[in-house]
Formats: sequence, C-alpha cells, structure tokens
Amino acid sequence: MAVDRGFTGPLAGIAILGAGAALVYGAQMALSPYLVTLLAIMLINVALAVSLNIGNGLAGLFSLGHPAFMTIGAYASAILTFPPGRKDFMLPDLPSFLMTTQLPLLPALAVAGMIGAVVAFLVGLPVLRLKGHYLAVATLGLIVIVQGLATNWTGLTRGGSGLNGIPRLTGIWWCFGFAVLVVYTALRLKFSSLGRAMMATRENALAAESAGVSTYRIRMLAFVLGAFFAAVAGGLMVHLITVVTPRSYSVVLAFNLVAMVVIGGTGSITGSIVAAVALTGLSEAVRPLEERLGLYGLSQVIVALGLLLVLFFRPNGLLGSGEPRFVRRIFGGSLA
Amino acid sequence: MSQYVFQQIINGLALGSLYALVAIGFSMIYGIVRLINFAHGDLVMIGAFTTLALVGYGVPWPLILMFVLLVGALAGMTIEATVFRPMRGAQQVTGFIATLAVSIVIQNTGLMILSGQPRNFLFPAFMRQRVQIGTVSASLTDLTIIGLTVVLIALLLVIVYRTRLGTAMRATADNLAAARLMGIAVNRTILTAFAIGSALAAAAGLLWGGKFGQIDPLLGFAPGLKAFIACVIGGVGSIGGAMLGGYLLGLAEVLFVGLLPPQFAGYRDVFVFTLLIVILLLKPSGLFVRHVEERA
Repeated sequence: MAVDRGFTGPLAGIAILGAGAALVYGAQMALSPYLVTLLAIMLINVALAVSLNIGNGLAGLFSLGHPAFMTIGAYASAILTFPPGRKDFMLPDLPSFLMTTQLPLLPALAVAGMIGAVVAFLVGLPVLRLKGHYLAVATLGLIVIVQGLATNWTGLTRGGSGLNGIPRLTGIWWCFGFAVLVVYTALRLKFSSLGRAMMATRENALAAESAGVSTYRIRMLAFVLGAFFAAVAGGLMVHLITVVTPRSYSVVLAFNLVAMVVIGGTGSITGSIVAAVALTGLSEAVRPLEERLGLYGLSQVIVALGLLLVLFFRPNGLLGSGEPRFVRRIFGGSLA
Repeated sequence: MSQYVFQQIINGLALGSLYALVAIGFSMIYGIVRLINFAHGDLVMIGAFTTLALVGYGVPWPLILMFVLLVGALAGMTIEATVFRPMRGAQQVTGFIATLAVSIVIQNTGLMILSGQPRNFLFPAFMRQRVQIGTVSASLTDLTIIGLTVVLIALLLVIVYRTRLGTAMRATADNLAAARLMGIAVNRTILTAFAIGSALAAAAGLLWGGKFGQIDPLLGFAPGLKAFIACVIGGVGSIGGAMLGGYLLGLAEVLFVGLLPPQFAGYRDVFVFTLLIVILLLKPSGLFVRHVEERA
C-alpha cells in the first residue's frame, strides 16, 4: 500500500496539475476570447463553490453570505488598482491615502481577501452563534446589508451606478492558479486533523466539544477562510469583466453556489468542482435558447429544478461527502 | 397631533399590516412543519399579478379579493403537495434549500411569462382620495389596507381558535406524531395551513400593489425576508407574535426613514437586517414570551 501510494501520491497530483495547465493552454490557443473568458469564469465558480463547501460542507455551517464577501472584495480590489487619474474623475470623494495608491493585482487581491476575512470575523463573532437556517437567513441579511452600503456609501463606491472601466488585469491563468490554490487548500484541509475537527463539528457539535474541539473557533475558521477566498474571487471577477455594481453579486448567485455544493455533494470537494463546471456550462448552453425565445430566466429555472430533483432522489448529492479514490490517494495520506 | 407624525404612523401601520399578513402565514407554516418557507414571499407576487389580470378584465373588487385568496390558497397547496411533502423529515437546511429553489423557480417563471418590466398597478381613483379625521388626514388606500388586514386577521383567529380545523392545526403544530395518533389527518391539516397562510400572503399582494403602485415578478423577495424578520421579532411559530412583529417592523422602518435626516433613508434595509441579527442574538425566541397555545 505504502509503495503504491508513494507512486500515485504527489506525482499524480503534479500530473493532474500539468494536464489542467495543458488544457488551459490549449483552450487559450484554440478558443475565441469570449469562450476563454467563459472558461475563466467557470474556474472562478469552481473556486467559489469549493470555498463555500469548506464552511457549508466540512464545518456544517450553512452560510449564504458568499456574494457579500465577493462584493467587498470586488470593490476593495477595484479601488486599489484604479489609476489615480481615473479616481479623481470617478471617485472624487475618496480619502486621500486611497486616492494616491495604485497597487498591482496580486497585492490588491491579497488586501481585498484580508478585508473580506476581517469583515467575516467581525460578522461571525455574533452570527456564528446561530444554527441551521437562522444562520442562513442572517447571512442572507448580510448580502442585503452589504448591497445597501455599496449603494449608499457613494464616496467610496459611486453608489448604484457602480464602478466601470476597471483595468482588465485578470486572465484565465490567474483564475486557473486561484482555482488550483483553493482546491488544494480545501483538499489538504479536509484530510488534516483540522478538517476532521470541522467534520466532527458538523456531525455532532456536542460530541466534538466533548472530544476537545472548540466548535466555535472551528466554525469561525471555516467561515473566515471561505470569506477570504470569496473576496479574492470577487476581486478576480471584477478585473475580468471590468464592471461592478452593488447588485452584481446577489442572492441568486448565493443560490447558484449553494446549488453547486448540494448537487455535487455537501462536503465533497470533487463534487463541487464537477457541479460548478456543469452548472456554469449549462447556464451558458441555455443562454442562446433564452435569447432566441425571449425566455430570460430559463437557465435559472433549470438549475433550480435540477437542484430539487437532486434533493428528492439523491439528497446527498452526486458524490455524497466523499472523494473519488484517486483524490483520496493523492491527499489522503494515512486517512485515505 | 401634527399631520406629519400622524401620516408617519398611518404609513407605518399600513406597511406593518402588509408585513403582518405575510408573516402570519410564514409563522403558521413554520409552526406546523418547522420549515422556513422562502417561497412564501413569492405568493405576494402571485397575488399582485392575479389582481392586475382581473382588474384588466373589469372584475369588481370584492370578487377580485375572493379570487386572489383562492389563487393564493391553491398555489400554496400545490407547493406543499408537490415539493415540501415528499421532503418532510429531511434536514432543516435541506428543506430551506428546497424552498429557496421553489422561490427561484416561481420568480424566474414569472420573469419568463411576464417579463421583468415593472407594471403600473393602481387602485381605482376614489381609493386615492384623502379622508379627513379631525385635524389630520390619511389616504383611503392606507386606511383600507389597515382595515382589511384587521378583518382578515380576525377571520384567521376565528378559524384557528374556534373551529375543529383550527384545533387540529394547533395540535399538529404542538406535536405532529401525537396528533396523528389521535386520529387527526395530519397531511390534510398541513395542507390547510399552507392554504390559509398562502391566501393571506396573496391578499397582501393585492394590497402591496395598491400601496406601491408598481409590481414586478421579483417583488416577493423583500416581503418574504421582512416576514421572516417580523416572525423573529415576535417569536417564530407564533401567530400573535408574527402579527405584532409585522406591525412593529413596519412602524420601525417608517419611523427610521421619517425621523432621521434624509441622507440615512437609503440605509433602511441595512437598519432592518442589523435589527434582525441583533434580535436573533439577544432574544432568539422573540421579544414576546411565547406560549405553546399561541402556536398554530
């Protein structure tokens, strides 16, 4: 077994990474810019679904707050990368230290992620004491609060009209790198003692407490980590599509991300990846139909009905909470 | 009392009436099946568009109200029988996701059929006149909303507390298994609770259109969330609590906007949801002590 795993472990991981990179390279060469952008969004969705699965799946805290953190990350990173000349024009009321700074993408994303994480920590302090669907609705409220702030805090956000003309600094490679980072983190986490503590918290908080797990801290960690990734994803997204408004990331997105997690299997990282790719592809495939028939909303109905079917007939999702064998072999170590 | 303050209170009561109508059904459904029904708000939208269609056909208003109640009840029963009943006994969060999915289906089907363009929605001209009460005046629309809500709530309370059906509903809410053992047709009782709650939400939709003058397929989102908040204020699962919570929330919202300087008006929803989180933390079972016999 040990020899076997030694061979398929890290090497297989590097092989998969290489294959992914080759696919991205091939896509970039062969496909139209539109499709490449679509692929980049697909990769961001993979990262979003997987990062949501850390909290919702591994730690069992049902949050709908991802769009709120994406909005925060999107605005924060956009303001940081804007050339000062354009800021004078677009955001004349910005505090002076923000007016003169212009960061490259990577530090801007890092700062955006940190801001998202800090907000998640502050919000989590009270909110994570809530359980089940109370937590869900409170985080839904968080989306509304952030949207309200983004709409009304005009000095920082330009209000309802949002920011446009954001420099297009992201490409498919950024998104690929980010998706790899999030997936790698989530899988390493899942097969670590920390991940076990998260899953213990999910399965039975009381038993986990008795076994010495501080469930509140575990939940907080999962929530903050998810929010960090969501904020960075928002930053990547906004530098890909160059526009953000207070309504860019709203409840429908929260629903779609939850749909990806549930359809793939709550707690299964591989499941989230597959479902994120499938659902993003599906909505895109339905779009021409929507436009031809004038039936805007059709793709959303299909996603929602698909989710209901999964809940009826396969309530644990496609992959349950497990991972396929090759993933367990690579990341599982002694837990595989 | 100055006209300004009076107007604010009437506004708050009218808005609170709408919230109360939606919140009561929400609370009944939660009380009986422990499900946060996110699709409940979309029945407000269905009620509003049903009204609009019937007005187009020139149907008289009392008939419209009857019809809207009926459509709401049927829609609620359909949702319960097709989606929620098969999922009964599933985990809390699974049920919540299902209601979210139903809401998305209703909203987007609405978008497909009706388009996202907001439609004008007007009560007849005489409803827009103002009624003089002593030194102050109020719009007839607001007074109608307040009055009709009182009538509907009174009807509901009679059903819940003075009929066999109501007793069955309260028994089922109290203990589903025991109620079944006592020979109560639990599924039918749950279906009835959905019918009544949804009918009230649809009636709120009729009034909603009259108050705000415009309707669109996504309008159910706000009342759904606000109804939840109203329930949390009053104690989820309690009819009286939902009612009071609805009125309190309506008044609080209007006073927040009316009494603070205008630049804060945009922060209305920020205020409401912060209030929600604060209440959930400090008094998670609601501001009013909940008695078991209040639930239905």
